[in-house]
Amino acid sequence: MDHASFIIGSYVLTIISVAAYAISIVRRGRKLGAITSDDDKPWI
Amino acid sequence: MTSRMQTVRRVSLAVVRKDLRIEWSSKVLLNQVAPFSLVIMIMFAFALDNEGILQRVAPGLVWLATLFSMLVIVQRSFAVETADGALDALRVAGTEPLGIFIGKSLALMVQLLALELMLLAIALVLYAVEPTAMGYAETFATMLIATIGLGFVGTLYGGLGAGARGRETLLPLLLLPAVAPVLIGATRATEAAFGSGGAQSSEGWPWIGLLAVFAGVFGAVGALAFGPMIEE
Amino acid sequence: MTTTQSTATPTTQKLGIATAIAVSFLVLSGLIFSAEDVVQGSTVRMMYVHVPSIWVAYLAFGLTALCSAVYVSNRSRSLIWDRFAGASAEIGVLFVAISLVTGSLWGRLTWGTFWVWDARLTSTAFLFITYIGYLAVRRLGGTFTQRARRSAIMALLAVLEIPLVHFSVNLWRTLHQKASIADPNAKVQLDGFMLFTLFWGLVSFSMLFAWLLIHRQRLMALEDAVQDQGLDRAIQERRTEAGR
Repeated sequence: MDHASFIIGSYVLTIISVAAYAISIVRRGRKLGAITSDDDKPWI
Repeated sequence: MTSRMQTVRRVSLAVVRKDLRIEWSSKVLLNQVAPFSLVIMIMFAFALDNEGILQRVAPGLVWLATLFSMLVIVQRSFAVETADGALDALRVAGTEPLGIFIGKSLALMVQLLALELMLLAIALVLYAVEPTAMGYAETFATMLIATIGLGFVGTLYGGLGAGARGRETLLPLLLLPAVAPVLIGATRATEAAFGSGGAQSSEGWPWIGLLAVFAGVFGAVGALAFGPMIEE
Repeated sequence: MTTTQSTATPTTQKLGIATAIAVSFLVLSGLIFSAEDVVQGSTVRMMYVHVPSIWVAYLAFGLTALCSAVYVSNRSRSLIWDRFAGASAEIGVLFVAISLVTGSLWGRLTWGTFWVWDARLTSTAFLFITYIGYLAVRRLGGTFTQRARRSAIMALLAVLEIPLVHFSVNLWRTLHQKASIADPNAKVQLDGFMLFTLFWGLVSFSMLFAWLLIHRQRLMALEDAVQDQGLDRAIQERRTEAGR
């Protein structure tokens, strides 16, 4: 494949940045979920 | 309905008179903003370092200097309102928000127009710009219509963060992208008026049309949105 | 199980697994299974992440505007609309950033330069900056109602500002510079499977958006609750101090 570094790079960049964002959301959610009561979580 | 229009007129006249009186007594525009824009114009000459280029890009520099100075004026315009809770007092007193919006916009427009005339004079002297008689007419039309748009949009975004901490640093981020159409339109129209880069003066009028659309849209939206925006 | 205390529920877990599978298939399909383009060659593979990213960004900003409009027009002033608007804008900013970066990499390959002053690119840059401003407005502080009203107005102003900027930038490019810039998508002749891959990209990225949106919105609710708690505790401390 020509230009493999650019092409694979853009896939990797997209996936890494979305994954990093997703992980940070989930981790912050767990941290805050532990110190809040279930009344603050209408989705449960 | 007519009585509401009368109230709006009365309030806006009172606000514009108050703002201009504050400006007249403090002379911030004259003593701080005008010298600031002069410095910007001189710094552009240092940065570009070529008389031909300066003459070519003079319209853009005039408008950039206007926008940067506008940030300072808008900040000040709302700093005087929120510093001693004047905006809260007006709100509690049930003052017509449309009147406040129009009044503050008008005061901003008057100050901007004064500044732009000064910047035009600086460009004539420092950047060796020589418009024709038609060019002058076009320049003044551009300034007038661009300023109406800038006045509305500046008041709208200036009021957005009124009262919040940290809004001073936020204003440029919000305001500059919003006024990008004015920079594009006014610069192209002024280029046509100055004949920069061989532009014909007839090329400027469509851009003045763009500025008029901008002024109309933000005037209408500001009139609708300003009331809900400042109520706390 | 962490489900009871975090932002996840069985539904979002199923959605998350489905999204992971869909995105994995997109990567395989985009990088390996799909054919190369006659004109663009392998660089057409950039399209399968670039186009879905900007699609998600538009979807997100559209949802922000919609939720803001609902917040403003709805008499109940429910903060859930504000949270959805804020969560959506944050995800939109992430995806517009991704599409700007992948787009400029793609541009480097097809145009030979990272950036051209084309109307669409310039407006996208403005879109990015405007919503960064929106997120900054959300962080101005004050009460939740203040935040909601300010940001709702900002979001609705952005809806107005974006077309105006796009229109004037378009005018600037078309009137000012006659040379038209090659449209990367126009040259591409998509065969059936390439079209399917692109479509798959849109679907899987939309699922990704939905998953992120739900979690981010719930996280924001928790953040607000914690801020409330902090406020309550401060008031409580004042009371006990005064009572002493």
